[in-house]
Amino acid sequence: MNVLFYVSGAIAIIAALMVIVSTNAAHAVVYLVLTFLAMASVFLTLGAPLVGVLQIVIYAGAIIILFIFIIMMLDLGRQTRERERSWLSFPIWLLPSILSIVLIIEFAVVLSGHGTPNSGMVILPKEVGKTLYTHYVIGVELVSILLLAALVTGFHFGFSKCSGENHE
Amino acid sequence: MSSVPISHVLILAAILFVIGAFGLVVRRNLVFVLMSIEIMLSATGIAFAAAGSKWHQADGQAVVIFIFATAAAEVAVGLSLLLRIFRRLKTVDSDKLSTMKG
Repeated sequence: MNVLFYVSGAIAIIAALMVIVSTNAAHAVVYLVLTFLAMASVFLTLGAPLVGVLQIVIYAGAIIILFIFIIMMLDLGRQTRERERSWLSFPIWLLPSILSIVLIIEFAVVLSGHGTPNSGMVILPKEVGKTLYTHYVIGVELVSILLLAALVTGFHFGFSKCSGENHE
Repeated sequence: MSSVPISHVLILAAILFVIGAFGLVVRRNLVFVLMSIEIMLSATGIAFAAAGSKWHQADGQAVVIFIFATAAAEVAVGLSLLLRIFRRLKTVDSDKLSTMKG
């Protein structure tokens, strides 16, 4: 369990550094996925299975999809073909593949139950749900309002025929 | 907590937060700025989960779920703003956003 935590923490740090220093946005997205998966592994080793799985679903799923769509829409149109070809060149996908293979092995160990010596410390989703809907029920309501506001804002800003497009 | 001392978890969260803050300050591309903000939010989530695991309370994970919802709302609004900025200015460079003379 110790080893799993330190390995996934190291992967998270390396991938986060690569996100910061990479010049290509698509490469940065690949490393961002790795960062979030490594953080999910950290959550699993901390005895927080609900949050770990939600990290994969929300961050590595939904938010990364948003980033990929935006990067596709922001494509500046120059040498796209060469960039696509350079994505398939050898050394670029080497480090992400190595890191993700290590992460896959780690997930297999954690989820198969061998790596949970502190299973007494695992906080199950049932307790989280009880806490969330008793002590923090006002927070849940406020977050739902926040998500609704974000939905309306995203629709308003993303709507292409909105007024104010040609002001300047 | 028998396996990992909480100080190590907090150090990991601090390192990830500082990496995100560094990227937020250094990068000029708004896409990378949003990615750095996501890294920072996840790092705070790790700190909360570590505290909840240390005292064996479910409150830490509840706060992490709030952080997830906030991050989802933030990235939706931020990326739609980014799209609007790109449509108007044809760039995602944050130094070019000087219309307000700020």
